Amino acid sequence: MSTVNPSAAVQVTDIKPEIPPLKTKRHPIKSHYPTWFFIPVIALYVVFFAIPTFSSFYFSLTRWSLFDSKFIGFGNFVQFFQDPQLYTSFTHTLVYAVITSGAKVLIGFFLALLLTGPIVARGYLRALVFFPVLISTIGVGIMWKSLLDPFHGMVNAALGFFGLPQPGWFTDPNLALYSIAGVDIWKGVGIATVIFMAGFVAIPNEYFEAARIDGAGSWKILRQITIPLSKGATATVIILSLIGGLRSFDIIWVTTGGGPGFTSDVLASVIYKQYQAGFYGLSTAGNVVLFLLVTVIMVPVSYFLNRKTVEL
Amino acid sequence: MFSRTTATRIAATLGGVALLGATLVGCSSGASGTTTITLMAGGNDPAATKTAKDFAAGFEKANPTIKVKVDTRPGGTDGDNLVKTRLSTGSMDDVFLYNSGSLFQALHADTQLQPLTDEAWAKDVTDDFKKTVSTSKALYGAPVGTSFNGGIMYNKKVYAKLGLTVPTTWDQFISNSEKIKAAGITPVLVSYGDTWTSQLFVLADFANVSKQDPSWADNYTNNKAKYVNPPALAGFTHTQEIFAKGLMNKDYASLTNVNALKELATGKAAQYPMITAVIGNVVQSNPGQVNDIGYFAIPSDSGEPQATVWEPGGAYIPKTTTGDKLTAAKKLVAFLNSPAGCAIQNSAAVPAGPFAISTCKLPSDAPALVADEQKYQDAKQTGLALEFLSPIKGPNLEKILVQVGSGITDAKAGAALYDNDVKAQAQQLGIAGW
Repeated sequence: MSTVNPSAAVQVTDIKPEIPPLKTKRHPIKSHYPTWFFIPVIALYVVFFAIPTFSSFYFSLTRWSLFDSKFIGFGNFVQFFQDPQLYTSFTHTLVYAVITSGAKVLIGFFLALLLTGPIVARGYLRALVFFPVLISTIGVGIMWKSLLDPFHGMVNAALGFFGLPQPGWFTDPNLALYSIAGVDIWKGVGIATVIFMAGFVAIPNEYFEAARIDGAGSWKILRQITIPLSKGATATVIILSLIGGLRSFDIIWVTTGGGPGFTSDVLASVIYKQYQAGFYGLSTAGNVVLFLLVTVIMVPVSYFLNRKTVEL
Repeated sequence: MFSRTTATRIAATLGGVALLGATLVGCSSGASGTTTITLMAGGNDPAATKTAKDFAAGFEKANPTIKVKVDTRPGGTDGDNLVKTRLSTGSMDDVFLYNSGSLFQALHADTQLQPLTDEAWAKDVTDDFKKTVSTSKALYGAPVGTSFNGGIMYNKKVYAKLGLTVPTTWDQFISNSEKIKAAGITPVLVSYGDTWTSQLFVLADFANVSKQDPSWADNYTNNKAKYVNPPALAGFTHTQEIFAKGLMNKDYASLTNVNALKELATGKAAQYPMITAVIGNVVQSNPGQVNDIGYFAIPSDSGEPQATVWEPGGAYIPKTTTGDKLTAAKKLVAFLNSPAGCAIQNSAAVPAGPFAISTCKLPSDAPALVADEQKYQDAKQTGLALEFLSPIKGPNLEKILVQVGSGITDAKAGAALYDNDVKAQAQQLGIAGW
């Protein structure tokens, strides 16, 4: 454990963990480029982001059939909150976000510890962990759907071979949401691992050496040095995965479509189903609600996590 | 620093984009002498694409001065949204194939489609079909394809082997199913791997509901009749009963429609609540066993079961098609049900029931269940599906019925949930009384 890793040492000198921000004096920001240079980007931004965003706020207040729209005030929001599926889907969304985010942090952290340590075939293992990130989510969903098919899937065939129970991963109402969360973790843990690895190698090696000279054990080093000094990475992983979990849709839609029944419905899939049904105003209102929800959860979380980083 | 070169580059890029755009626009204006129109297929599956392509080829042969380009679209709700978007942005194909009934009603035909009331073929169309593609002002569509029924598709060989007769009451259906189960054959196929298939006990029971209460559909549209009450509740209780009595296949949660049909055709299973339109899949997968499959209407409590009929989809012309293109488009619509057009309909797709226009006739090799459907027609024991009598269909029916049919909720609770679900649809359509 205490052997100095030459490649890590090189990286430590290469990566500067804390670049002090340049002291900016209070004078107007001077651009390096002429103003007209920004016009195309601004035009694109206005046409494709600003106008749709603001018009969606308007359409969320209308009953909209694509052919015409009728202003109905907050009727859509009232109806959205009266949806009997809303509260279950809301709970599912939170459960799903917390499970996937928590698991990605934990598993990613320990995988990163393993993969920054001196182990055999490290490059290969790093590639292996990151590989699922490269596959399209839809592909991942279809692949796991066939692997976890209750009757013809490879996983249940293997379980059956050893005489173990063969659950209906995506078809059991009590299990579907957790199965999807598992697939999401499998797919997303690679990103978390890479972020943690970057955080770990940025910790100067001197700290570890000093701690060892002072007689600190591995556990103490982990708790007192690695965890506190990789807080920036932890914050990034939590924020990214929590946002991803709150608005996750694609993998749920491919594997269960929110089913069986409504047992794995999340906010995004409820909204999508409303859009499919042609309730354009209602689903736009749902998106505004989802936007507010993500903001309300993420702004304090992000503020809290980033404040901690600064204090260190 | 590099602003001059950048400016040149940007100008060049923008110019290139503009040129490309101009080229694309240039493509769509046809050569002189011939008119080019576009035809949107009723989906993007092989059958829908082939039907549209065959129509185009057959029509071009008969009308050398008109070219027809075929366009496809997704099926299901994605297709619904695409059709509405294309119509509302004025970019719809000159002729498009789309559902009749409640989905047609959602297109705002009076402002979006060309009226076809005065076309020569209109007099040959059945009255039932006319209702499903008309508003109070005009007729907007010509039928494409055959009508089909909803009910129970069953394996005749299994029935013969076990000495069973076609049930007319629900109790007979259950006792038949118990006997089939005792013989080691799956009594009732349930295929929630395709969630839409969960709806058949409810949707295909509607002719029975209409029979008991002819004004049910109107009352339902006016927020007066509800699924939590009989007679409409029967569909939900039937769905629950099949699960509660263990009369369905074990892999019900993941089985798909196509695989369920294979089990039905091969006699591994005996009965499948379905729409007969899917018989085309059996022609593909088990051509030797197509005629082993028969049809009967959903048994009712009264013992006089009525067959629920779905009308075929229609061909429509959008308001944005005008002038020469409109003339050509109308010719194409007329061609669909001409003798040549009927031949294409019979060869490209498998007929699943009687035609909705008198100019088209079924081929002699139509699947055996078509004859079973015809018996109900001849005995006048049919009724239209609810989607042709009321514009309201809640979007979550299939999911709610998966819940009922998997024992997650009971029939009454499911029906109440669905009554609530249709509210959003009624409000969206602006129907008074909701």
